This record gives sequence, C-alpha cells and structure tokens, in this order.
Amino acid sequence: MKSEIPSQARVPTKLSLTTRPRRVLRLVLAGLTVVTIYTLVTLNTSGLKVNDAISSLGSNLTLMFLHPSVGQDTWPLLLRALATSVSLGLLTTILGAVFAFFIAMGAARNLAPNWLATGIKAVMAFIRAIPTILWVLIYSVVMGLGASAAVVGLTFHSIAYLVKAYSESIEATPTETIEALKASGVRFLPIVFQAILPSIIPALLSWTFIRFEINFANAVAVGAAAGANDIGYYLFMASGFYFNFHEVGLIVYLLLGVAIILEVISMKLRGHYLKQN
Amino acid sequence: MPNQLTPQHFFRRRRIQLTVILLILIGIYWLSMALVNFQTMTALTQVPAGLIWLFKNFIPTERSLSYLSAISFQLWRTLLIAIASTICAGLFSLFFAILGAKPTAPAPYWHLVIRLGASLVRIIPVVAWSMILLFSFKQSDFTGFLALFFMTLGYLTRAFTETIEDLDPDKLSALRAVGATYTQCVFCGVLPEVATTLTSWLLYMIENNLRDATLVGILTGTGIGFLFNYYFKSFRYDAAGLIVLLIAILVITLELTSTKIRKAIA
Repeated sequence: MKSEIPSQARVPTKLSLTTRPRRVLRLVLAGLTVVTIYTLVTLNTSGLKVNDAISSLGSNLTLMFLHPSVGQDTWPLLLRALATSVSLGLLTTILGAVFAFFIAMGAARNLAPNWLATGIKAVMAFIRAIPTILWVLIYSVVMGLGASAAVVGLTFHSIAYLVKAYSESIEATPTETIEALKASGVRFLPIVFQAILPSIIPALLSWTFIRFEINFANAVAVGAAAGANDIGYYLFMASGFYFNFHEVGLIVYLLLGVAIILEVISMKLRGHYLKQN
Repeated sequence: MPNQLTPQHFFRRRRIQLTVILLILIGIYWLSMALVNFQTMTALTQVPAGLIWLFKNFIPTERSLSYLSAISFQLWRTLLIAIASTICAGLFSLFFAILGAKPTAPAPYWHLVIRLGASLVRIIPVVAWSMILLFSFKQSDFTGFLALFFMTLGYLTRAFTETIEDLDPDKLSALRAVGATYTQCVFCGVLPEVATTLTSWLLYMIENNLRDATLVGILTGTGIGFLFNYYFKSFRYDAAGLIVLLIAILVITLELTSTKIRKAIA
C-alpha cells in the first residue's frame, strides 16, 4: 500500500470509510431497487380494483381462519390424505438420501478423481436448476398421473440437492485424515464408513431433515398439480373448484400442526446430537 | 458414556444401535410405501425409459424456435417479478425483524407477536396462497407477485430476525452506554453490521423465487409457468423442453452471479 503513495504527498489523499465491498454492496442494492421500481411501474394488473380485492381477501382469510370446517370431504379422508403427504415426504427423503450418499462419494473432491467430481456436480446443478414441479409433470406423462410420478419427480430433485450438501460435508473432512488412512493401506469403503461418516453424521442428519421439510412442502404443492391424492390435491380442489374457504382453513390448520411437530422433532434431534458430540 | 467400556462392548453396542435405526427406517419406508401406494421396483425400472422419452421428445427443434420470442418475454417478466417480490418482501421483513428481534424489540411482547405471525405466513402453503389470491386478485401478473411476496415475507422475516439476534450484544450495549438513541442504535449500529448477511439472503431468495415462480405460474395462470403448462397440455413438448432448458440456464446463471456478488461483498 505504502509504495503507491508518492513520497512528496505527505497528506493522505483521501480517507474513506467505504471500502470496496461496501461499494459493491451499495451498487447491488441500488440495481435491485431500480429493477423493482421498473417492475412495479410496468406490472400488468389487468384493471384490478385494489380496494375491492383487498376487502375480498380479508373476508376470505376470516372465513379460513375463524370458521374452519371439513366442507364436502370427511375427517377420515382428510387425515388419510395428510398421512399420504407425510409419507410422500418421508419416502422421497429416504430414497433421495440413500442414492445421494453414494453419488456424493463420487462428487467429493477429496475422495474421487477431479474429472468425476466436476462432472457429477455439473449434472446435479442442472437437475437442481429445473423446478421440482416440472420434474413431476414430466414423469407424470411417462408413468401416468399419480403417486409414482410424484415420488420419482420429488426424489430426483432431492438427490440433486442432497448430493451437493453431502459432498460439501465430506469435503470438510481434513485431507490429512484420508491420506494417512490410505497410506496405512485402508481400503475405500472402510475409509468412508469408519472415518468420514462418523464425523459428518450431525451435518448429514441436519441437511436430510431440512430436505424432509422441503419435501413435505413440495409434496403438498405437487399433489395439487399431479393428482397424487394427497392433502395438496384436496387443498387445490377446495380452493380452486369448490371455493370452500372453510375447508382451506382446516387444511392449513392441519398443515400447521404437522409443521409444529416437525419443528419439535428437529429441535430434539439437533439437541441429541449436539450432546453426543 | 462410562469410561470402563471395553472396545468389544463399544462396537457391539454400536452395531445393535445401527441395526435398530436401520430397522426403524426400513419400517417407516414400508409403511409410507403402503400409504402412498407406491411400488419401488416397478417405478425404478421405469426411470431409464422416462429419461429416454424425455430426451426424445423434449429436445427443442427448429419449430420450437418460433416460440422463442414469446418464451423469452415471459421468462424476462418472471425474473423481474421474482426480483421485485423479493426486494419488496425484504423491506417489510427488515422492518418486522427490527421490531421482532430480541436485541432491538421496543417491547418484549413484539418478539412473540412477530415470530408467530411470520410462522403462520410461512406455513400457509404456496398452493393455498396462490388460490386465495387468485380468487381475489384475478388472473394477472400482480397475483403471482403477491403470492411470491407473502411466501418470501414469512421466510425472510425469520431469517432476518435470526441474523439480528446473532449480533454481538456487547456492541449494542456499548452504543447505549455512550448515549445513542434507539434510532441511532438501529441505523448506525445494527444495520451496517448485518447488511452483508441480509443481502446474501436476498440473493438466495431471488434464486428460490425464480424456481417457485414456475409453480405459482402453473397455479395462477401467469408468467413462465402458465406458458409451460399451456405448451405441455397441448403436447408441444419441444416448446416445453425449450422452456425447461432456458429456466435451467437462467437459474444457473443467477446462481453463479450471486456467488460472485457474495464473494465481492464479503
């Protein structure tokens, strides 16, 4: 730094608190604000009367949250559909985690050759970039509408997501550990299962659980579009076809219940593993 | 764990633990399979056939290029809406987060109110938001914007609150000790500290919203999702494939750009 200042200039030319990262930050935020203003000004509202719309929204929300009811479906039907959604989430997470773990071993730079890791990562980035719902729709053409298409579509996206998370966790293992084990003649699988896996189990567990929450939310969304006969389908029918906002409210309350249970389980799991390590 | 555990005992106990966990997982899997009515093997054998079908039908052809202008226009609008909804939701979230985060909350009960409200907004699934809004706001880009806005609002309020709560509390008490007012604490103490992390969250949500915009579009009949659904349902798979390809390219470009920005502002 000192060499840049000419020797005759004793006074520092400019003292500024804004460093380069700050300037970039301001530039990015300013750019995003400009884009937002442009979008809001040119937004197509098709002659919407905002006041009417908001009052209608308000009355619908009141119907939903203050007067929930089962509507034209029955309690057993809705509870079974809810169980189907949870099962969809579980199924796709377990399937995805198993596949992703083995693929992640090929995608981790400290285990696999560089070309293989780069290749797998590129393919996974591509799969991840395509929204889950498109995968489900694409598979619903091949396998017919229903649960199978939903499972395969959701699993596809889960694998791509978990491979990224898992391989990054594996890469966090120090290279020295692996080198030392390799040098003493330990083969590939024992290295993975005895050395790497035990040290990254908390990370894997928390990523898998995050994915389970995402998969549950996706299962609800996918049910609406692909007809997997889960709670999302009933939600879609109640709100889009029967306009029964009482039932929408009840389904939202059911989902809220599941979300609270999931939150508690995730806290317990994290607490358990933090204590052990 | 007791120290007098012999290695044999340790390994036997670990093996038993692992077996039990594995059995529980397999049990959950079987139960789920029965509930969903899903046959693993039949479905898995269909995957390669599905991929082959995909590559045969979804490759964009000469014909699909004629749709390019319509597709790129909708994609552009969808990107704009994803950005606008994130930034608007970010502004509101920042306001709520300052009110709701423990160190900056004006009164303790604000923390509880904001946290509960944010959870409630986040829990309402995309499908429900889209449908409720579609009913009141009709089929327009504005509906898609609002659906994304509410989803982002719930998510970002929680993220921002946690970011502010992670802040070193000593800095705030130091500011208070020298006589800074509440506004000075927030605008000169908290905000400059968290700006980088918050921008990082904003960039992440823009990526996420671009992906979710497809689903919202399918449900509310707006943007790129609507166009995909339209081509897909009228069996113009090559055009639908072009959309998938362009979405993937756009998402990956966005991811790379935001990684660069994150490195530059860190």
